[in-house]
This record gives sequence, C-alpha cells and structure tokens, in this order.
Amino acid sequence: MSTTRKRVYGYLAEFKSAAALYKAAEKVRDAGFKKWDCYSSYPIHGLDAAMGMKRSILPWFVFCGGITGTATAFSLAYVTQVVIYPTMVQAKPANIFTIPAFFPIMFELTILFSGFTVLFGLLALIQLPRLNHPLFESHQFHRATDDGFFIAIEAQDPLFSPNHTRELLTAIGGDNIELIEEKG
Amino acid sequence: MASTTQTAPAVHTGIKLPVLEREQLILQGRSYHWITERICGVLENQQPLIWWLLFIPCSLIAMIGVGGGLIHLVSTGVGVWGNTNRVMWGWPIVNFVFWIGIGHAGTLISAILFLTRQNWRTSINRAAEAMTIFAVICAGIFPGFHVGRVWFAWFLAPVPNANGIWQNFKSPLLWDVFAVSTYFTISLIFWYLGMVPDLATIRDRCKPGFRKILYGIFALGWRGGNRQWSHYEMAYLLLAALATPLVLSVHSVVSFDFATSVVPGWHTTIFPPYFVAGAIFGGFAMVLTIMIPARFIYGLQDLITMKHIDNMAKIILLTGTIVGYAYLMELFVAFYSGGIYEMDAFKFRIAGPYWWAYAAMMSCNVLSPQVFWFRSCRENLWVVMIVAMFVNVGMWFERFVIIVGTLARTWLPGDWKTYSPSPQDQMLFLGTIGLFLTLFMLFLRFLPCINIAEVKWAKRESDPHHDDHLHHPDPGVILEPAYQLETHHLKSQISNFKS
Repeated sequence: MSTTRKRVYGYLAEFKSAAALYKAAEKVRDAGFKKWDCYSSYPIHGLDAAMGMKRSILPWFVFCGGITGTATAFSLAYVTQVVIYPTMVQAKPANIFTIPAFFPIMFELTILFSGFTVLFGLLALIQLPRLNHPLFESHQFHRATDDGFFIAIEAQDPLFSPNHTRELLTAIGGDNIELIEEKG
Repeated sequence: MASTTQTAPAVHTGIKLPVLEREQLILQGRSYHWITERICGVLENQQPLIWWLLFIPCSLIAMIGVGGGLIHLVSTGVGVWGNTNRVMWGWPIVNFVFWIGIGHAGTLISAILFLTRQNWRTSINRAAEAMTIFAVICAGIFPGFHVGRVWFAWFLAPVPNANGIWQNFKSPLLWDVFAVSTYFTISLIFWYLGMVPDLATIRDRCKPGFRKILYGIFALGWRGGNRQWSHYEMAYLLLAALATPLVLSVHSVVSFDFATSVVPGWHTTIFPPYFVAGAIFGGFAMVLTIMIPARFIYGLQDLITMKHIDNMAKIILLTGTIVGYAYLMELFVAFYSGGIYEMDAFKFRIAGPYWWAYAAMMSCNVLSPQVFWFRSCRENLWVVMIVAMFVNVGMWFERFVIIVGTLARTWLPGDWKTYSPSPQDQMLFLGTIGLFLTLFMLFLRFLPCINIAEVKWAKRESDPHHDDHLHHPDPGVILEPAYQLETHHLKSQISNFKS
C-alpha cells in the first residue's frame, strides 16, 4: 500500500459474457444501487431494463432543436424576401403565397439544427468529452472496449460498503474484482 | 445462401413447417477479440505494398488535377473550361451531380438500412459513410468554382450583398446550397458519432504516446458504460431517422435545378424519384468498386461476406431497373404529350451528335445490371466488379446526357451549339477521382474501416438471451394459428360440459 491517500472510486468486476452481465445487472439493480454502470464493447439490448434505467430524453431536445431550425429558416426566408427586400423573380409573388417556395430550405434547416442538437445533446447527456476518468486507472478496464464485460459500482453510492459490495459482486458471478482508486 | 433448413421440434403435433435459418453475418464464429484485432490491425500494422502503389499515384493525380487545375482556373479565368454560352453547365455540373449521387449509397446503408433493421449493413456502413463524405467533398469543388469568380462564393451564404439584396430563397439553386451543405454536415456528424466507440477501442490498444493522445481526444473519453450506450443508441437512431428523409431530399433538390426550369427534357415531374434511384444505384456500384478490393487486401472476408455482396448486387439490380423504367417513361411521356419540342429533345439525345453517350448510358445502367438476376453472376466477384465499373461509367454518362444533351439543343436554332470539354475540364475531373481515392486510402490507414462495435453486436451470442431459446421450442415456428388452438380448446370444453 502506498502512503499517499487515494480517493476510492469503487469496485470493478468482470463477467464472462453478455448473458452473465445481464443477469448480474438485474441483481445489482434489485439490491438497490443507483450509482453503477455496466461496461461492454457494444450496446447490449435489454440492458436498460435490467439496470432499471429510463428511456433517454434526447428526443425532446432534438424536437426543440428541429422546431428552432424550421422557425429560423422560415423567418430568414420570409423576412428577407417579403418584408425587407421584396423581390419579384420567376413570376413568384413577394407575399404570403410565396411560402411554398421556402419549404425546401425550411426542411433542410430543420434537419441541420436537429442534427446539431443530437450531437451536442448527446455529449451533454453522457457528460463527455472529458480527458480522464478514474476507471482508466484499472489494469483490466482497457478490455471493456475489446471483449470484456464489466460492472463498476461507485463508492459514492449510499449502499456502498467495502466488504459487502465485494461480496455481492462475487456472489453474482464477478471475477477479477478490483478496487479502483483515483490518482492522489 | 440461406438455404439450410431445420424442421420443427418433434414435441409439436401440428403441421411441421421448415424454418429458414438466418444467414450468419460473421463467418467462422469469430470471437470479439478476433474482430477487434482484425479491424484495428488494418490501421495498426504496416500497410501492404499495394496501398503505397495506389496511394502515391492517386495523391499525385489529386495534387496535379485538383490543386494545379484549380490554380490554373482561378489565375486564368473560367474561360479555360469548355463551357459555352449555351452549354453553360458543361462538365462541372455533370461532375457535381455525379459525385453527389455517389454519396447517397453511404447514407442509404447507414440510415435507411438501420431503420429497416437490415443487420448486414454493419460490416459495410463505416466505409460507405466515409465514401459519402469524400464524394461530397469532391462534389463541392465544382459548383464552388463554377460560380466564376470564386472569391464571390460567399454570395451563396445567406448574407446580404453590398446593395442590401438577399439571396433568392425561391430559387432551386439556393435550395441546393442548403441541401448539400446540410447533407455534408449531417453525414459528418453521423460518421463521427458512429466512430467514437471504435476510436476508444483503438485508444485503449495504443501504447502511451502521441497516437494515444490523438485517438483519445477524438474518442472524447468514451468508456462504453450502458448509461452512455443508452443515450448513444438513441442519438444514433435519431440521426438515422433524420438522415433518411434528408438523403431523399438532397437528390430531389438537385433534380429541381433541372425540373423547375422550362427546358424540354428537363421540365418533368419524374425527375426527383428518378434522380434518387439513380444516386443510390451509382452509389452502391462505387461501394462495391472499393470494398471488393479492400476486402481482399486486408483479409476481411469473414466480416464482409458473399452475403453482403449478394445483397448489394440485388439492390443494384432493383435500382438499375427503376432507373431503366424512368428512362423509358421519359420517352413515353415525351411521345404521349405530343409536344414537338419535348419529342425533339429526346430524338436529339438518342440520334443526335451525342447518341454514343445515350447508348453508353442505356447499356451500362439498364442492360448490364440485368446479369444480377442470376445467382452465379452475383457470386462471381469478377462479374460483380465489372458490372459495378459499368454502372459507374453509365451514371456519369446519364448526367452528361441530361445536361449536355439538353443544353446543346434548346428552344431556338440560334441556341444550338455542340459542346466538348477542355483539357482543364478533364484534368479537374481526373483530379477529383484521385482526391476521392486518396482520402479513402487515408481513411483505411488511420480510421477503423468497419464498425467494430456494431459487428460485435451482430454476433449471435451478443444477445443476452441467445441461450434461453435452447430450453424452449423455437418461438419462430407457428404450428397452428392461435384461433385454431382456441377453437380446439372451446370444443373440448363444450364436450366436457356435455358429458
């Protein structure tokens, strides 16, 4: 043991397969933990329910982003073509009846703004980008992006206890249980 | 092929129906680690000699053709192109439409096949999306410089000029600016977001150093926790749902450039669907042209299987036939309309001085894909490759026929003029082919060319319930319709009641 004090992040346990991870996740959920996560190299279907997670709220962000795009395109086209500088070209009128000609741009900007909302909304929800994370201190966590299946339970969870949580992880089939500490 | 069958378990007493077994998308039961190793190996190992043999000439062609060609063009003036007063669009717009069309297969594979749950897309979507990005880059060069004085290209952006005049938002050309720039941006976001988990995989395999920092920055600190995957999957689904109408709109808007003008041969309502089908057709041909060699060079046969190639060949057959229908329908409508200008426009295309372009278009796009009706042709990679090359050529000729074959012969005899491209035109087009291939080679060298996470997901044991089925009869088999079981049950109850 080194003498410098380190903050404990939590326990990391490895599981054999996606099916084992799924069954273990149900048990961790039933034990009442809140601050924990399952790590895998690909999205495992049904794991959200096994972890007791709600559906992502991202679509609502994107809906608002899309509406903003439509409104932006409409005002840009309408204000410039009809209000500020009415132009009569292609025998199309410069009044309210010219609106159908604005539809393509309204559509494109809806998609564009929605796309940006997806990107930035996602980054906000998953709290990325970040340069480092305590889990990267682990000697086995690099396998989470290759062929490893892990569960990490954070020390900040009110139910966390150094002994009982380790026992729980062993009982549900976890191997290579590792205590993750942040670099002091 | 999906022909192995199994019969329903013997415990059932009803009619036994054969169940088609699902084709394995990843052959030889490769492990997760094998998949990681093989795909990351493409960019971690030394590149094969053939990579250098292709990369050096391609990058030289790109530098001379695009770099040199554009410097010559800008310093001299657009007069060096073969465009004339009448055929004012010429090769630059032919090439623009050609390249934009190539991009469409990438978005189709990544978005539409994702929404329709065609899991076979996972092995090819990354490379196809990369192709989209590079093709749109190549496409963007042409209209950007075709405006004439390229330093005024900012006139395309929605800002007023010195006289306070704004862009004409009623013009399809401005719609096109918005459509193409949105398409590029969304494709880039889709491509990059899809790559984040794979960049994290590469980051975790790198030794500490510059490479690890660089991949680490682009991987954004991805950890692969399910709390991230859950939002990530939603984001991916949303992007797919947004990109699907977008890809249909982009080539529709490109076709509006033609269809909204009052020019015989262009002013038709069939243009939007015809252009979209043509774009997907040409795009898939380009995907095959590039993926078949890449598959061999990097030994990816277990990931990009014959099933993938078979499916793509079928899509080429379908879209090629749609395109053929559109060609014939154009002729029929011209004839049926009774309009002499309309009929004359098509007579000029078929039998005028550009008859060879029309013949090339018809034979390459309509006739050559018909061999894909035969399984033996879809399974022979040489045949697939040759047809794909024919389609690439044919789709370029289609745009040539539409643009040059129409503008050379509009309303007044005084407008009639033939067109031929100048050497600078040809140089720039060759240059963009070089640029496209150069960018693709760099992509193979530095980025994961197959979506590692999605390919792992497509493995059978990736489903946490895959072994549950072993203890139950196959749920996919319906031996007796449910209502029959109910009537049996009712009948037995009635007979019990009677007795």
